[in-house]
Amino acid sequence: MTSTRFIITVIGIDKIGIVASITKVMADFNVNIVDISQTIMEDLFTMIMLAGVDSENFDLAAFQKAMVGKGEELGVEVRVQHEDAFRFMHRI
Amino acid sequence: MLIHPEEILETIHMIKAENFDIRTVTMGINLRDCCHSDIDVLNKNIYNKITGYAKELVRTTEEVQNLYGIPITNKRIAVTPIAIVAESCDTEDYVSIAKTLDKAAEDVGIDFIGGFSALVHKGITPGDLKLINSIPQALASTKKVCSSINVATTKAGINMDAVAMMGHIVKKTAEATKDADGIGCAKLVIFANAPEDNPFMAGAFHGIGEPDCVINVGVSGPGVVNSTVRELKDPDLGEISEAIKKTAFKITRMGEMVGREVSRRLNVDFGVLDLSLAPTPEIGDSVAAILEAMGLEACGTHGTTAALALLNDAVKKGGSMASSYVGGLSGAFIPVSEDAGMIRAVELGALSLDKLEAMTSVCSVGLDMIAIPGDTSAATISAIIADEMAIGMINKKTTAVRLIPAPGKKVGDSVEYGGLLGRAPVMKVSEFSSEKFIARGGRIPAPIQALTN
Repeated sequence: MTSTRFIITVIGIDKIGIVASITKVMADFNVNIVDISQTIMEDLFTMIMLAGVDSENFDLAAFQKAMVGKGEELGVEVRVQHEDAFRFMHRI
Repeated sequence: MLIHPEEILETIHMIKAENFDIRTVTMGINLRDCCHSDIDVLNKNIYNKITGYAKELVRTTEEVQNLYGIPITNKRIAVTPIAIVAESCDTEDYVSIAKTLDKAAEDVGIDFIGGFSALVHKGITPGDLKLINSIPQALASTKKVCSSINVATTKAGINMDAVAMMGHIVKKTAEATKDADGIGCAKLVIFANAPEDNPFMAGAFHGIGEPDCVINVGVSGPGVVNSTVRELKDPDLGEISEAIKKTAFKITRMGEMVGREVSRRLNVDFGVLDLSLAPTPEIGDSVAAILEAMGLEACGTHGTTAALALLNDAVKKGGSMASSYVGGLSGAFIPVSEDAGMIRAVELGALSLDKLEAMTSVCSVGLDMIAIPGDTSAATISAIIADEMAIGMINKKTTAVRLIPAPGKKVGDSVEYGGLLGRAPVMKVSEFSSEKFIARGGRIPAPIQALTN
């Protein structure tokens, strides 16, 4: 692993409180937002965050579970993927 | 942000809508140090060696899958050809070894284990013969074991005695698994120029030039390539090739990344990345659909071989740039039962066995997952194998045959296996006999192409 940064994507129907609820989970897990972009594409709310994790004891599985669970509550799809998944595909 | 949001969404779309996956992470395990004259000791050694190396394989693979958010569909193991491992053993049949492999596979939680194999392209040793004769019962009494026999190479020619024998073995395997429509044959491949590091089943085995343990990865992604081609606006064929190359590059990079991370975590060598396009029965995740996207009304019509040649070459060009070590089969697969587009083309009457044979001369791998009438003679099956082996031998490439003479079925019927194996419409074979030709036996000598030294 060359970095401990994750790309978090949230895609779904827009409604009030998505950003607040999602970032609350992130704060609970000590996940820092490095960069954030948000747009509405074809009526779909699309938020992409670059998030950094410092802790050695960070529990990815638990974080993913909490994020996906929160997404289900809000009716949006949440994915937490290591940054390398995108760097490898799109950068040489 | 270093990575553009559009690129992020492109990757997510590939996974979500276009069935992109890493098809398999396959661990190759050397079993040569398991040899023993006592079959019980041999079986124990094999079980311990496999479960020792692979105990963390599934868990680690799943962790990597979750880390990157890329599905890894299958976890598999390939072992040293069992004919070599068991040769010094005092026993008449090797079925108990297949059962040991099955049990080890079950206990470590993998999907398939390959290597119930023999390499007989020039001749058959007593151990090879015992293994070949054990195949029908071995495949009927196990779930996860896959078998492969290499009967030809460019360097050695074609062992026609082995070809003749395999016609009977395919029939017996179908018969032994007739309650499940001959599913045993879906786990049996006959090869020319079999690669030693192929991660795909049913043909995976751990070659004799390999290390003690290795990780090989097979990527997939016909659905992604299909979408790429369909999104182009009125392209010429050069533009299609260019778009496929770029897509193959992206797909392969993910396989490379996953393979390296799994091998790093397991502290096992990374072997090769196999950049094959392996279809699934999902609609759109189809090699036939890609060929049709290029402008063919149905896969199998005139022009199909040319379109497939373009596809196969573009995949290799893009993929080879993306990985440091490419190997295995690396090309487009054209299994009939596993590809909804191929099934449709057969049912339309557009795609025949003869056309599939022609297609195999420009792609990997061969006549794959094809159901034929249950009453097809062993000699006809051997003759189909011989033709395919000749294509591999002369063109210095891997070819393979995985035929299912579906018990009690005729042309027009179909057999349903479910899962990745899909559904196979029974295809017509020639009604003319090849009996005398196959009965001659002997070897077809190595071709002039073999004289490269």
